[in-house]
Amino acid sequence: MSAVAAESTLYDCRDAFAETIDALAEADERVVVVCNDSIASSKLGGFAAKFPERLVNVGIAEQVMVGIAAGLANGGRRPFVAGASCFLTARALEQIKVDLAYTNADVKLCAMSPGVAYGEFGPTHHSIEDIAWLRAIDNLVAIVPADPLETAQALRAAAEYSGPVFVRVSRMGVPVVYDADYQFRIGHAMRLADGDDVTLIANGTMVSRALEASALLAADGVGARVVSMPTVKPLDLDEISAAAEETGAIVAVEEHSVHGGLGGAIAEAVVAQRPVPMRILGFPGFAPTGSAEWLLEHFGLTGPGIRDAAIELLERKGP
Amino acid sequence: MVTTTEPALPQRIDTSLPREQQVRLLVDASRLIRRRNLAMVDAAGLGHIGGDLSATDVVVTLFLATLNYDPANPELPDRDRFVMSKGHASGVLYTTLASCGFFAPSLLDEYMKPLSPLNGHPDSKKVPGVEANTGPLGHGLPIAVGMAIAAKLGGSPRRTFCLVGDGELQEGSNWEALMAGGHRELDALTVIVDRNRLQQGAPTEETSALEPLADKARAFRWAVTEVDGHDHAALLDLFAGLPVEAGRPNFVIAHTHKGQPVSFMRDRVEWHNKVPSGAQIRAALEELE
Repeated sequence: MSAVAAESTLYDCRDAFAETIDALAEADERVVVVCNDSIASSKLGGFAAKFPERLVNVGIAEQVMVGIAAGLANGGRRPFVAGASCFLTARALEQIKVDLAYTNADVKLCAMSPGVAYGEFGPTHHSIEDIAWLRAIDNLVAIVPADPLETAQALRAAAEYSGPVFVRVSRMGVPVVYDADYQFRIGHAMRLADGDDVTLIANGTMVSRALEASALLAADGVGARVVSMPTVKPLDLDEISAAAEETGAIVAVEEHSVHGGLGGAIAEAVVAQRPVPMRILGFPGFAPTGSAEWLLEHFGLTGPGIRDAAIELLERKGP
Repeated sequence: MVTTTEPALPQRIDTSLPREQQVRLLVDASRLIRRRNLAMVDAAGLGHIGGDLSATDVVVTLFLATLNYDPANPELPDRDRFVMSKGHASGVLYTTLASCGFFAPSLLDEYMKPLSPLNGHPDSKKVPGVEANTGPLGHGLPIAVGMAIAAKLGGSPRRTFCLVGDGELQEGSNWEALMAGGHRELDALTVIVDRNRLQQGAPTEETSALEPLADKARAFRWAVTEVDGHDHAALLDLFAGLPVEAGRPNFVIAHTHKGQPVSFMRDRVEWHNKVPSGAQIRAALEELE
């Protein structure tokens, strides 16, 4: 288990992305980055200065961005595609399905500023459907890291993995969640707090908030287990099964639509293995304008909001 | 049903032979490929024969006398790349790949059968020689641009060819790719437009006009060549003389006829994916004796 410091400093995970992609490119000359006029928004300025030949900026054109990445992989390169998640996933969805997943192209998708990071810009720029879309596509790994360390490790794991991988790279500030000795592994969840009354399963920006909720619930005498589940696909079915078996109630929390994301994936697994009462916390539909922080609060995606949902769920669970 | 193993398949051509002899061999090879393709569609009861037949002479000239590859080592890094962006023309692609030794010709009898590696649209994981999984239109050219960028980055002399349908150019992704290819001066990249003027349901010009196509490609910084897509000599010379202009990718408009040369199919829109009857297959094969 990883203890969590009550740290107030918030980190932009794009910095971890920038550092990691530089290191990967130093170590492997096949690594290239493909982007869509997103050098600044993906924090690729350093990469552009160090490896100008290996940065393929296609301009504002997501379909050709992913298609070119597939062609680069065919040509022996190791492409990392970096663009805002809302455009990368929606605009190039068929290329992700056919050119990458169906082809098994060794391309990594680095989805910048996901969820409601662009809160004030409105639903055109919110990316709260990305996981639902991608989860339906076979042969595609999908990862939602919680902090800078996990972002860096997920990118390294993606580089080592042969095949297409999608990694969300959070722009909204997040606190450090993991100890320095944390080891991310694709498909493995991590138990961050113990408890037997209910399990809170979260990923991305919601992990630190789930931990806060667990602390609040402990004060109320409720033992809330916290499971960080960065890999939405493939799911850690053993950890979900253990949560259902041992705590009998699950709250899923994600910076995503309540339809088809992490919560949906867990619900599918729970129904198939051992049905228990569940709540799925996220966005019910198109979100209004507002800062990311305001939107999360507005929709109850905070420590107290998660606590309240867990208490309601415990009433349904019964004694 | 005609037995599918009956029509013989041609072989790759020795490109050190005199040009006239190469052309004669290519003409006959295309005839044999078309016969086998018809027999395969007959056996499958499915296919896109009109677009197979319009593209045959281009595909045959590329695979039998132009591209560098080793069918015994289909993953060699510096092989030339061919992307069949109009993936529904899998019939001519599979027939030609079998002819060039990528897989046993007997596999052609399994075209679109349950669990066959020969899907209606090609799958690179299952079929050696297939470079990209195509079928949805507008995917091949972006991938080919990526292949050409990879070659240029690595200083490789390999060439990339991409065959697109003309109706397919209505997909916007092609224009993203044309912009990228022109901007990056990818002169080892050649796109060939199978300009048979017919899409699935109607002429291209009545659906969403492509013309003036050559001007459009030039405006995107490509070197444009127009050629009779059924003239093997012209195709052979064109492919041997690439790039047309240093620093510009090659945009070849191959003027073709859907259903070529079968009299009752030629230039008839319904032969996009119509399956010939037994009598029609026999009649078509007779025309290709």
